[in-house]
Amino acid sequence: MDEMRYETPESLEDAVALLAAAKGETKILAGGTDLLVQLRAEMIEPELVVDVKRIPGMLDITEEDGGFRIGAATPSAEIDEHAGVKKLWPGVVEAAELIGSVQIQGRASIGGNLCNASPAADSVPAMIVAAAVATVVGPDGSREVPVEDIATGPGETSLAKGEIVASIFLPARPAHSGDAYLRFIPRTEMDIAVVGAGISLTLDDDGTCTDAKVCLGAVAERAILVEDGAKALIGTKVDDDALENLAAAASAAARPIDDKRGTKEFRTHVAGVLARRAAKIALDRAKGN
Amino acid sequence: MSQALKNEQDLKWVGTRPLRPDGVDKVTGRAKFGADMYVPGMLVGKVLRSPHPHAVIKSIDTSKAEALPGVRAVVARDDFQDMPSEFVPAGEMLVNYKDIVRNVMARDKALYDGHAVAAVAATSAAIARKALKLIEVDYEVLPHVIDVVEAMAPDAPVLDETLFTAGVDPAPDKPSNVAKVVELGLGDVDKGFKAADVVIEREFDTNPVHQGYIEPHACVASFSEDGQAELWCTTQGHYVVRSHCAKLLGMEVSKLRVTSSEIGGGFGGKTVVYLEPVALALSKKANSPVKMVMNRDEVFRASGPTSGANMMIKVGAKKDGTITAAEATLKYQAGAFQGSPVQPGAMCAFAPYDLENVKVTGYDVVVNRPKVAAYRAPGAPISEYAVECVLDEVAEEIGMDPIDFRLKNAAKEGTHAAYGPKFGPIGLVETLKQAKKSKHYKAKLGPNQGRGMASGFWFNIGGETCATLNINEDGTVTLLTGTPDIGGSRASVCMMAAEELGIDYDKIRPIIADTSSLGYTFLTGGSRTTFSSGMAAVQAAQGAIEELCARAAKIWEIDVDAVEWEDGHAKPAGKNAGDFEPLSLADIARQAGKTGGPIAGHADINAQGAAPSFGTHVVDVEVDKETGRVTIVRYTVLQDAGKAVHPAYVEGQFQGGAVQGIGWALNEEYVYGEDGTLENPGFLDYRIPVASDVPMIDTVIVEVPNPRHPYGVRGIGETPIIPPMAAIANAIQDAIGIRFHELPMSPPKVLKAIEAANGGGE
Amino acid sequence: MAKHHVTTTINGDPYEFLCEAEETLLDVLRDGLQLTGSKEGCASGDCGACSVMLDGRLVCACLVLGAEVEGREVETIESMADGEQLHPLQQKFLEHAALQCGICTPGFLVAAKALLEKNPDPTETEVRYWLAGNLCRCTGYDKIIRAVMDAAVDMRGS
Repeated sequence: MDEMRYETPESLEDAVALLAAAKGETKILAGGTDLLVQLRAEMIEPELVVDVKRIPGMLDITEEDGGFRIGAATPSAEIDEHAGVKKLWPGVVEAAELIGSVQIQGRASIGGNLCNASPAADSVPAMIVAAAVATVVGPDGSREVPVEDIATGPGETSLAKGEIVASIFLPARPAHSGDAYLRFIPRTEMDIAVVGAGISLTLDDDGTCTDAKVCLGAVAERAILVEDGAKALIGTKVDDDALENLAAAASAAARPIDDKRGTKEFRTHVAGVLARRAAKIALDRAKGN
Repeated sequence: MSQALKNEQDLKWVGTRPLRPDGVDKVTGRAKFGADMYVPGMLVGKVLRSPHPHAVIKSIDTSKAEALPGVRAVVARDDFQDMPSEFVPAGEMLVNYKDIVRNVMARDKALYDGHAVAAVAATSAAIARKALKLIEVDYEVLPHVIDVVEAMAPDAPVLDETLFTAGVDPAPDKPSNVAKVVELGLGDVDKGFKAADVVIEREFDTNPVHQGYIEPHACVASFSEDGQAELWCTTQGHYVVRSHCAKLLGMEVSKLRVTSSEIGGGFGGKTVVYLEPVALALSKKANSPVKMVMNRDEVFRASGPTSGANMMIKVGAKKDGTITAAEATLKYQAGAFQGSPVQPGAMCAFAPYDLENVKVTGYDVVVNRPKVAAYRAPGAPISEYAVECVLDEVAEEIGMDPIDFRLKNAAKEGTHAAYGPKFGPIGLVETLKQAKKSKHYKAKLGPNQGRGMASGFWFNIGGETCATLNINEDGTVTLLTGTPDIGGSRASVCMMAAEELGIDYDKIRPIIADTSSLGYTFLTGGSRTTFSSGMAAVQAAQGAIEELCARAAKIWEIDVDAVEWEDGHAKPAGKNAGDFEPLSLADIARQAGKTGGPIAGHADINAQGAAPSFGTHVVDVEVDKETGRVTIVRYTVLQDAGKAVHPAYVEGQFQGGAVQGIGWALNEEYVYGEDGTLENPGFLDYRIPVASDVPMIDTVIVEVPNPRHPYGVRGIGETPIIPPMAAIANAIQDAIGIRFHELPMSPPKVLKAIEAANGGGE
Repeated sequence: MAKHHVTTTINGDPYEFLCEAEETLLDVLRDGLQLTGSKEGCASGDCGACSVMLDGRLVCACLVLGAEVEGREVETIESMADGEQLHPLQQKFLEHAALQCGICTPGFLVAAKALLEKNPDPTETEVRYWLAGNLCRCTGYDKIIRAVMDAAVDMRGS
């Protein structure tokens, strides 16, 4: 019978070779907080599981060009404990911190959160508004991919056979800018986001917004950038009118489904509420810089 | 039996907070729960479950599974004898063996998503899982129905062609999903409503909720070649498990010995059998021990939640607050087999109030969902939720404080309850008065906050109970009871025995005896354990004391009537009895061999005199009007405990019940898809409260002693889950001026109602 | 396919075991080594009853493959007491009646210990959020939170 193989390569080259050579379904194991649940529920029956945590760099956070490179398998708890990352992109850290319980935090990685490609992944909207870039290594070498281009639909990614996300680069942040991520869940913890909203914005010297990114989670087949939401902020002082326009744009951009976690109308409404609330936090942070 | 209650000041143990005797094992990981048993040669058993909510099982082919190396036994419907229709008590509910055998293993039809269809025992879990995939079941899928109102419609798919509604005259000539109609009442409600100044009538819907115990069902069965069997399982009642399994497997009761493991939560859900008969059947076939453990998905899909319901409640009152009439129509889902808790739901609906005109009609309705099991005060939280919401609205309408309104109508000693009895001394009024004068009730509320209250009632039961108290040769005591300890009852039962014997609490070691070591004892349920096992332990202690006194008389060579027991010692009763140094229990125990042999006390009783417990809850909520989220800001439980033997565990029951009720009120529900399959069979999407969801739960223990218990005990475990849903609904109304008539009050529903009230929404 | 041969450290002792690729650390601890103090409540990381420390990090043993712990250090509830001496958290759980059925207790204790090692003086809110990954259906959490706060006081004092 086809039993699952478990491999622990010690280099990216070996990992890529293993994945590329496999005939059946392959899975990469980072924190395993999604993978093991899927295995136990027999939702997946992979031929090969490649544990990437013994590959150098996979668990490291390093400073680079004023930003940070985070190994794709780094557990959220490590990111949370990293003062530099927290200072630079607090919204990303907050989003990573929201992925499950403390126990889950000890394992769950932002690389895994990205590649699991759940539309509700908390860290993804936050990384997208931070203009994060994934380094993808595969049989044909390495490429840099904006985070928003990794997931293509629920459980689907743009990664080719044999490709691995090795790290995620969070760039330096412009002056007078701030980011934030908020999500709505029915309880205070332990739920999957019903709606998530990530915002980053940059102000000029007199407090006018010069650049903004707005990204929503759990309201479409993947995290979506809301161009109209950004437009609603750019050129304004991010006053109440601008925030209302942002909320309206966010709700208009949402195209959610009804499911066990929330209704279409609920998600649509709350997308606007969270975008507005997150923008206020981001604004405070931008002003504090 | 009646006996004068002990004076408070004479109590040395009852009312204190000693450490529980099983505590250290539970904080070190040593305690053995259902899945913690491993025996040599053990096989792993797993169940194949129906993916369809309603289907005829045309055939089951197990041959490929049986041929798989490592598979040692496969069982399906033909391995279980069919049973005649016969109702027997299980907890506070009745069960029918014809239905039990069909729930344990589907026969002609699969009746819900998750219904057991076959089971295998194999040498490893991996082989067992693979074997399940090799079992071929030919289903003919039928239309299904999961909603209670739809199931009552004339054109609804009928689950059981042999089910004719009981309790109606004339008897129906067509089968239907309505198993039973129950009615009860007092006076004339039409007259009462005519006399009312205000009449409020509202319709309510509730969703099924699961007990949510953290420990899944688990057992190990070992069937011997000589026809005897041992069963280890997590259960609230191992004697009941023995009865059911012996019946289903055609065994003599004496040949089946059942040992209850430590139990990881039950709340009523571990009063019935699921895996146990299957494990025995597999073990018999395989001639090896078989261990079976449900996974969480199976617990949600196939073990009993409580009913969802549809209800109409109508209450009329005069302007002065007197309720003139109360009427309820209750439609409860039973799940796939009859036996919802609609009867107790009907009995409890208006029980907290002294009313002249009451009418309650209840319907027990089968639907394509798992068979409901008892859940903490089965039936009562559903009907009382709806009633307490309507009472709040009536009080508002007549401009009365909701506590004053309840005080005006509250049941008290001598009140004739609509369900039959006259109440003895009860504590509802005291809980209401203390709530009214509490700091909580007077505290200032913040923006978007509201306060609500509600009361609740539960009967509590006694029943068949045994205890054996062995005096050991060194003066220590071993106490055997038969009620599994689900939340500290070993401590409270020991405390009463220590009080009685006059020895230190830690000299008594309690054991939950297996079914072959102690006589039949009904299960831990109905809030009966501290009451009944406590009563039995006290009587066993009294029996032992009698013997201890007889031995002292023998040693002193005086008449036994001249010896009395005081403070752990035999003493001459008065000067005329003679001048002897008192003999301690240990002194007498040491000489037991010489004075007539070992000393023990026994009690084999049907504990009578259980008394109801009433409670009142006060809650503050805060509503986020933009997202519909409801946050519990402050919570107080006030309840009559009769006498709190171990106050810490009484508080724990109040707090735990309240938080289960908070979950029921706000987020817990079974979500079914159009295809009739359960969409949230896990703790991720079946959302029980987590620690950060709730505040501290303040408690006030009211003590109105039960005169029919030696220490005044009332059961207290179930009442605390009754008031929260209405109290929270009433608090939301106070916060945002919207009344909700549906549970759970989850954010999408709350937000939708807010939008509708604002004239907005989509 | 051969089983994985794993050499690891559990509660300070060297262990070797064989496991299938799919087996979780929780399967190995319970079924293989019969360290049954870690409980399985959900097998999906939602209940925290199998909380253990892996290289000093709090994790759910049900979400770790057995084969992953090669060369690592695992700590379970079984090593929390020091001989006969209960850990202050264990003692406070008993004193506060912070357990009813007790099935969730080992997970809560392991998680609470990890909290107090990181933050010796947590607020009630911090305790509640840290322990949100541990479900308890019996207590309503009140007495658990009090026990943890009280243990923190004791541990800071000593």
